[in-house]
Amino acid sequence: MRGWDLGDTRMNDTSANPRGGALGDTLFRGASLVAALTVLAVLGAIILMLVKGSMPALGKFGFLHFITSAEWNPVTEQFGALSPITGTLVSSAIAIIIGLPVSFGIALFITELCPVWLKRPVGTAIELLAAIPSIIYGMWGLFVFAPFFAEHIQPLLTATLGRLPVIGALFEGPPLGISVFTAGVILAIMIIPFIASVMRDVFNTVRRELRESAYGLGCTTWEVVWKVVLPVTRAGVTGAVMLGLGRALGETMAVTFVIGNSHDLNTGLFWPGNSIASTIANEFTEADGEIYTSSLIALGLVLFLITFIVLSLARIMLIRMSRQDGAKS
Amino acid sequence: MKRTLAAACAAAAIAILASGVASAGVKTITGAGATFPYPVYAKWAEAYYKATGVKLNYQSIGSGGGIKQIKAKTVDFGASDAPMKPADLDKYGLIQWPQIMGGEVLAVNLPGIKSGELKLSKQVLADIFLGKITKWNDAKIAAINPGVKLPEMKITVVHRSDGSGTTFIFTNYLSKISPEWKEKVGFGKAVSWPTGVGGKGNEGVSSYVSRIPGGIGYVEYAYALQNHLTWTKLENHDGAYVTPTAANFQAAAAGADWAAAKGYYLLLTNQPGAKSWPITGASFILVYKKADKPENTRAVLKFFDWAYKNGQDAALKLDYVPMPEKVVDMVEKKWSQTIKDASGNPVWAK
Repeated sequence: MRGWDLGDTRMNDTSANPRGGALGDTLFRGASLVAALTVLAVLGAIILMLVKGSMPALGKFGFLHFITSAEWNPVTEQFGALSPITGTLVSSAIAIIIGLPVSFGIALFITELCPVWLKRPVGTAIELLAAIPSIIYGMWGLFVFAPFFAEHIQPLLTATLGRLPVIGALFEGPPLGISVFTAGVILAIMIIPFIASVMRDVFNTVRRELRESAYGLGCTTWEVVWKVVLPVTRAGVTGAVMLGLGRALGETMAVTFVIGNSHDLNTGLFWPGNSIASTIANEFTEADGEIYTSSLIALGLVLFLITFIVLSLARIMLIRMSRQDGAKS
Repeated sequence: MKRTLAAACAAAAIAILASGVASAGVKTITGAGATFPYPVYAKWAEAYYKATGVKLNYQSIGSGGGIKQIKAKTVDFGASDAPMKPADLDKYGLIQWPQIMGGEVLAVNLPGIKSGELKLSKQVLADIFLGKITKWNDAKIAAINPGVKLPEMKITVVHRSDGSGTTFIFTNYLSKISPEWKEKVGFGKAVSWPTGVGGKGNEGVSSYVSRIPGGIGYVEYAYALQNHLTWTKLENHDGAYVTPTAANFQAAAAGADWAAAKGYYLLLTNQPGAKSWPITGASFILVYKKADKPENTRAVLKFFDWAYKNGQDAALKLDYVPMPEKVVDMVEKKWSQTIKDASGNPVWAK
């Protein structure tokens, strides 16, 4: 069997038999084309379904009114997505504001500062964190973190940051521990392992010569990271952040547990709110009536659009950055 | 072990013989819907399987889900805590009947206050859920609770975040006792809450209430008991303060005039009677009037007939209220009158 295989391979050698090779190539190209097209087809089908499903609601309310109205009333069948949209964006923004510096620190420590014997345990720990199912984060958030946050961290923040002009209004709300802010913190904990592990891999791709020449010139670790590693890995780092942001925007279970599921819109981050994903998860099974169901599908469409815009912005940012680099040199 | 197995087999064999050929083919009944009666349906299903060898596969996905599934004909029966309107029943060719009743209680989390110590009047209850009373030591609450040490604590209203029959019954009650609630909020399986945080499911509300000092939420009575929540007394239709007990749920159910309710569309909230618990509700079963699979429908009816007659103890043990015999007779008569197979023969005959 084995011998026959070997002989066959020799006979199909492309230089000896170009035709057979061409057939293989064609087949392979066709197969991978089909695989690639499947992705596009699925994406197209999803968009089509979302648009079709959300037509009754968007037709009734109008897209602009739908995304700017904060009224969500199943009894009178008036639906507006402003509150879930705000909750989604704000909780994800909090997650990035907290998660990005921490992940950066972790990746930096592992690649530049960590003693060799500690590298593996820290790296494994991060990967394990990434593997924890989101519902565990949700339960931990509700039963452990939320009470702790309500009793210790929230009063502290209200007493300090809450006194500041303008942004002080953000740090207001009842001492429940169940809020948009808590959701943001839980999300931060959830996305840190993702961002950190991608950043670590990206930092590791920086060529040794670059690093060592910089150290050779007398740069400090900070200067090496800031002036050499980061500029080289900018695309990868942006990608890591986008990956985290994407996960934060769509996270459902953990957020549902701690965000409070209230359709009220408040300036204070310590008030209960909701997100697009949590609203859909909460209400879809029991939504009766065409407009109600359709409004929830329209919410899905809005989330899709937000994710799409975020990704596009990241792309544009990257293109700009590389252009500026081109102009400089 | 062997002996019990043998006994069960014998019992099953006898039951199958007794039930004749008619439903011998159907070994599993499928149903989906309300979460509120799930514990008692599960108990019944277990006992029914032992007695007859017919299995019940019930998915407690929520009342709205149950209605969707029966409309899609993926299940033999649907279950809902909120009755369908007679017009909708006619539109889809469905029939519904009340299977079991139960009560909802207000659970609170107040340090130093035990179950039954706090009283809430109709006015106070509505004002709390409207967000008009925001502190537990409010004069209006203190006035009806002399001798109770009320803490100076913010009130946090906890409601359901998912659509639910429990919410339907509770908001229906608020609409009956408060014109302001009726006008501003109304009632339904999901409403636009003036204040508060939302928990998913009875469990979600229970855990929020036990987690948040100063919290108040509505849950099904069995959940309040299981989670050791502190329940309150409520003012009923006649102005008396009553405790949530099976007897008081029954008192509320006793006055219900099922015969006069078209399509059994009847809500048991705010029933008159000195002992009546004000937030009582029935849970409904839905099947098609024209049975595509008469064998399955017959098996469903057999199960619920068995439950009406043999399931009372199990229901009472779980703090549900069985339907009175009078109502059962009426419902079963309705079955034989309205549920027909393709050729127009009644599916149910005594």
